[in-house]
Amino acid sequence: MHVLPYLVAAWVFLAGCYGLATSRNLIHAVGCLSVCQSATYVLLLAVGYRDGGTAPVFSDLEPGSRPVVDPVVQALALTDVVVGATVTALLLALVVQISKRHRTVDPDELSELRG
Amino acid sequence: MNRRTRLWLVAAGGGGLAVLLVAACLELPAFGGASHPYGDRAVRASLSRHTANTIASVNFDQRAYDTLGEMTILFAAVLGCVVLLRQTRDEHRARPEPEEVAPPVRRYALVVLPVALLTGLYVIAHGQLSPGGGFQGGVVAATALHLLYLGADYRALERIRPVGRYEVGDAVAASAYVITGLACLIGGTAFLANTVLPYGTFNTLSSGGTVPLLNAAIGMEVACAVVVLLARFLDQAVEIEEESGK
Repeated sequence: MHVLPYLVAAWVFLAGCYGLATSRNLIHAVGCLSVCQSATYVLLLAVGYRDGGTAPVFSDLEPGSRPVVDPVVQALALTDVVVGATVTALLLALVVQISKRHRTVDPDELSELRG
Repeated sequence: MNRRTRLWLVAAGGGGLAVLLVAACLELPAFGGASHPYGDRAVRASLSRHTANTIASVNFDQRAYDTLGEMTILFAAVLGCVVLLRQTRDEHRARPEPEEVAPPVRRYALVVLPVALLTGLYVIAHGQLSPGGGFQGGVVAATALHLLYLGADYRALERIRPVGRYEVGDAVAASAYVITGLACLIGGTAFLANTVLPYGTFNTLSSGGTVPLLNAAIGMEVACAVVVLLARFLDQAVEIEEESGK
């Protein structure tokens, strides 16, 4: 099954999208966005994997003695995690304010404009 | 649009996207394959600059400019949260009352706090040598401080965590990253190019040229950012209350 990890990433992404579209609670929606983002971690790490590979850290590993996984996608995944966490924090701050101003966190009830 | 129509629309769009994603997955290089041209080159570049942790080398040397952008996103998000979660005119601050903490929780938190803080600082300091680095260690160190909230109370946490200073620390760390980049310019090379400082002995704390400096700046920025973010959310949950009768 050489495509299974990629399919897992696609499935996680679609599950997050479904949750986003049917969400009735903004906090739940922010969680679904994080699920969508987790799909990119799975995809990146799957792309960078090498059979029998170990972590690309050479403090206790003789260079060239073992195959290592791709460090570039690992660094990208790290970037992804950081940006994901900060975006989640910002969105949750928005939800806090929405709940204070509109007394609801159901996106369907946020249709009217209010000054 | 009612929920039924929306669900049909999502099903149609999601189905189409699923078909495209599966088709793309089948065309990708096989999982676990041996061909990673960028990875091989990144490993070679990292070893030639005496950085044992290749991921730190990618983040703070080969892609240092991208990390500057990432750090700016972090900084902007913290700024946004500070602005969004400020105390508004129709709210007031209530002094949170100290609550009784179960003795095992208190003992555990107070024993683990210094260990966790030290672990965070260790992970930051060894970013260029072992798995970890500024991003991960910063989060560990910042959350370690919050064990005081679990083990004691909110006032104890506030005493060791003057938020204003952490906000300044966040800005100073972000500037330190840019200043390191500018120092590279003064040293006669490109912005954030790691060719000014000596690379040092492989696998020691001072190896890697500017990598440990940038790593420390990021560690400080992330730690301060997480402290400020958590402080703002905790303020909302614990301290800030709306005026009665509204």
